[in-house]
Amino acid sequence: MARYVSFRDFDWVLLIFVLLICGLGVMEIHSATVHTKFAGSHVKQVYWIIGGVGAMFLMSLVNYQALLEKVHWFYVAAVASLMAVLVFGTKALGARRWIKMPGGNHFQPSEWVKLILILAVAKYFADMRQRELTWPDFLKAGAIVGIPMLMVLKQPDLGTALTYLPIAAMGMFLGGLQWRQGLTVVLLAVVGVGVAFYVPQVHILKSYQKQRLTSYQDPDSDPQGSGYQVKQSMIAVGSGGLWGGKGSQTHGAFLPIPQTDFIFAAFSEEHGFVGALGVLLLYFIVLMRLTQNAQTAPDRAGTFVVMGVVAVLSFHILVNVGMVVGFMPVTGIPLPLMSYGGSSVLFMFLALGMVMNVRMRRFVN
Amino acid sequence: MFGRDEKVSAIRLTAAQYAIVGIFLILAYGLWRLQVMQSDYYSLAAEKNRIRNVPVLAPRGKILDRYGRTIVDNYPSFSALLLRDSSRDLAADADLIGQGLHMDPKDVRARIRRFASMPQYQPIFLKEDITPDELQFIEAHRNELPELDTIMAHRRLYPRNGFMAHLIGYVGEVSEDMLNQPQFELYSAGDVVGISGVERQYNNLLMGTNGSRQALVDSHGREVGRLGETEAIPGRPLRLTVDIDLQIAAEEALAGKNGAIVAMDPHTGEILAMVSGPSFDPNDFSVHVSRDEWNKLVTDPDKPLLNKAIQAQLAPGSTFKIIMSMAGWQEGIAQDLHVNCAGSAEFYGRRFGCWVKGGHGPVTLEKAIYQSCDVFFYTLANKLGIEKIAKYATDLGLGQKTGIDLPNEVSGVMPSEEWKIRNFKQKWFAGETISVGIGQGAIAITPVQLLRAISAISMGGKMVVPHVINPTDMPPGYVEASHLTEVKNVAFDSNGWTLITDAMGRVLLPEGTAPSAHVPGIDIAGKTGSAQVVSLALRAKAKNQDEFAQNGWFVGFTPRRNPDIVVCVLFQGGEHGRLAARLATQVIKAYVEKQKRTPQKMVQKPAGTVDVGGLWNAPDSDRNSRDKLEGGRFEVDLPKRPPVLATAAPGMN
Repeated sequence: MARYVSFRDFDWVLLIFVLLICGLGVMEIHSATVHTKFAGSHVKQVYWIIGGVGAMFLMSLVNYQALLEKVHWFYVAAVASLMAVLVFGTKALGARRWIKMPGGNHFQPSEWVKLILILAVAKYFADMRQRELTWPDFLKAGAIVGIPMLMVLKQPDLGTALTYLPIAAMGMFLGGLQWRQGLTVVLLAVVGVGVAFYVPQVHILKSYQKQRLTSYQDPDSDPQGSGYQVKQSMIAVGSGGLWGGKGSQTHGAFLPIPQTDFIFAAFSEEHGFVGALGVLLLYFIVLMRLTQNAQTAPDRAGTFVVMGVVAVLSFHILVNVGMVVGFMPVTGIPLPLMSYGGSSVLFMFLALGMVMNVRMRRFVN
Repeated sequence: MFGRDEKVSAIRLTAAQYAIVGIFLILAYGLWRLQVMQSDYYSLAAEKNRIRNVPVLAPRGKILDRYGRTIVDNYPSFSALLLRDSSRDLAADADLIGQGLHMDPKDVRARIRRFASMPQYQPIFLKEDITPDELQFIEAHRNELPELDTIMAHRRLYPRNGFMAHLIGYVGEVSEDMLNQPQFELYSAGDVVGISGVERQYNNLLMGTNGSRQALVDSHGREVGRLGETEAIPGRPLRLTVDIDLQIAAEEALAGKNGAIVAMDPHTGEILAMVSGPSFDPNDFSVHVSRDEWNKLVTDPDKPLLNKAIQAQLAPGSTFKIIMSMAGWQEGIAQDLHVNCAGSAEFYGRRFGCWVKGGHGPVTLEKAIYQSCDVFFYTLANKLGIEKIAKYATDLGLGQKTGIDLPNEVSGVMPSEEWKIRNFKQKWFAGETISVGIGQGAIAITPVQLLRAISAISMGGKMVVPHVINPTDMPPGYVEASHLTEVKNVAFDSNGWTLITDAMGRVLLPEGTAPSAHVPGIDIAGKTGSAQVVSLALRAKAKNQDEFAQNGWFVGFTPRRNPDIVVCVLFQGGEHGRLAARLATQVIKAYVEKQKRTPQKMVQKPAGTVDVGGLWNAPDSDRNSRDKLEGGRFEVDLPKRPPVLATAAPGMN
């Protein structure tokens, strides 16, 4: 089937807003690192963004439907790479997350597994032949996401494992989740979390993970340890006030890693409530633009792909900003598009590439 | 059926959009809460983060002897710190660090590991009180090892080898328990305070007031600027009443022995020397006492941490006979008491032996004192009864705290009928009184109590409060020292006083119990004692008390009339009082010889207070001379000094 594809149909508005957010991120990275040993990070970030935009264009050229046809092979490759990490991975800080590549680079497969999961889930639900999700479908969809998730959890990388959840959740919800199934999931989650935390014989979570997950509720209980980061982040955000301030938290290095996980705290300190709300608004526009693209997608699969991206992006924003304002525990999830880091930037632009891909093919049929 | 091109439910897509709106509203609320509602609170917190109050530690006051000679001083001490925020590989540097600081690199790494979970901005204390060459090493390796730093603090420098350790005490970090006590309520954790001895008693004088410096810091605690500074007020130097020369003599006398020696000016209550043995080295505590070292000190059966001068509660043995003599005289019984000592006597169906198996023959009060005849005092005790004995002993301060300005003084026990009922729910047996008559039985006193009682007897009834500082040196309004100048007059007939002190003067003569302690040319009056080791708990149970070596006691003063110094010696396990007496005479000899060496000076007659001036030995303290002047108000004629004083000793009416 020949299709007319043109960059005229590219979502330039979306790209402009995305680049706006990236620009604010680069600015803040510069401000936060200028007097530290990370000085110059913002330049690297610009290179990553340029590379990301290039990757996005390339991604948009490959027909997503063709990708979906081969998604089972990608999925197998994804699981194999996670297996490889567990077996051959480099151990750093007590976790096996990276594979050492020739040339001294490190490769972290759990990021691009996210992309494949979006496609796999989209494919699964697009091929489904009824309006309501049956229990076997429910379990199969759960397994598609659950298997890689458990493998990442084993590394252990709780934060990344959690980002797989919204992909499954969004897919199931749009695929016709019944309220009974939803209730079951919620109940199981509550019981599971309860067991993981409060039954000492169960070692699903390591004790440092438990501590990290609970200390945000009462940062003063552990002001020197993991609660310290939350506390300093809240001080940074709060001291920004309405219009922003000097940024002593960021520049005095009280705020931990202000260029990556806590970049939103650094931004909020320097630009205040007005600036922070502005950034949230930009993200909101991007998300609304994405859901609009989902609605105009040429087929079910397209909708699922775009909504998968929406789910991952929303989840990242919720967890990261939630952490910065003290609502969520410290899980090491970066703020997409703003946080410094190549793999995060690359993932985001590849995901956007898939969205563009879907959009450019909206007028077929 | 349901086709491939069937659209996804629009309702569900809209629901997803609302969910996103919900998420953003929650996040916006989070920002609002922090940045608008609680902005002031967090701005203040950010300021507090940035501004650190760095205490400027006030050096502790020196401790001086009565002539201003330094006993305890401060010295600047450096500690090595490890800063962890630098990007150095600390584990790799550990070898060099260990080499320079004379530490095992394994220990260095272990320390780094142990503190790994602490926030990076907190430095690790690597080694406290480093030596000059270690300090030199750190200074010389500023570039190679930028993670090493030093911090300076004043530390206490105490005399070596436990000299005067019990009296001075030592300092340490204030403990949880202490912070709960009212006198420490102004201190905070981490403050270095006096833990025992004078250091504790006069802690608030010695401590001074810490200043503070407001420093601008980054998260690594590095100072990047300064806002202001309040100066520290150094602690007051504290002048003790102790004379180092005499203290040295007392330390030498007690060296290697268990027990205590206390010397006091009976006119004022000023403690001139105080030793307790065995001792400990407080310098070990001023850095970090190791657990082993501490356990050794705490579990040592000789109790080196105990200041036995104020904390040993023991039977006084025959030294108590002086108190008995006074009681007997005041009651009019002892004057005419004639006892024939046959080596033992029977009271209430039980035989009580005299220490001279063959007996002393006919004994009067005077002979009973210098020969220490037990049978005489059994008889006297029987005639007096426990209530009379307890009354005089209590009047002389036995079985109660003397009020000395040292912490943790114990009260001891002076038994009485009432005491027996209160503690044992039993009636007092008259037979028990007999043992008390020779200072055995339930009676338990501290050396400083005995010292004070004998001092009062030597002064004809003027009883002072022993103290280690000069109360007039204290800052105005320092009420804690106001009781130290209190004087109590115990009624004592002057004839009795003459007879008893004269008899005490014969104790060191050939006919007495301690002729071997005699020092030619020095007029010492005293009393020996050999007491069985008795503690209240043991007394209740132990049948065979002979397995405990006897404690030797001696308490004496010189000169016999208007004494300058009273000395009390406890020689634990010393078996006999004459050995204790030898220790006491060593101290007394040192005192007298020092007085002879000191240039005598003529003191002008102050108008109105002294009728007749005189010559006396006055060390270079004017205040001291004044005391002597008041004492000398009664001196009419120097050659006739003893007899005149005999009828007009201070405190007699």
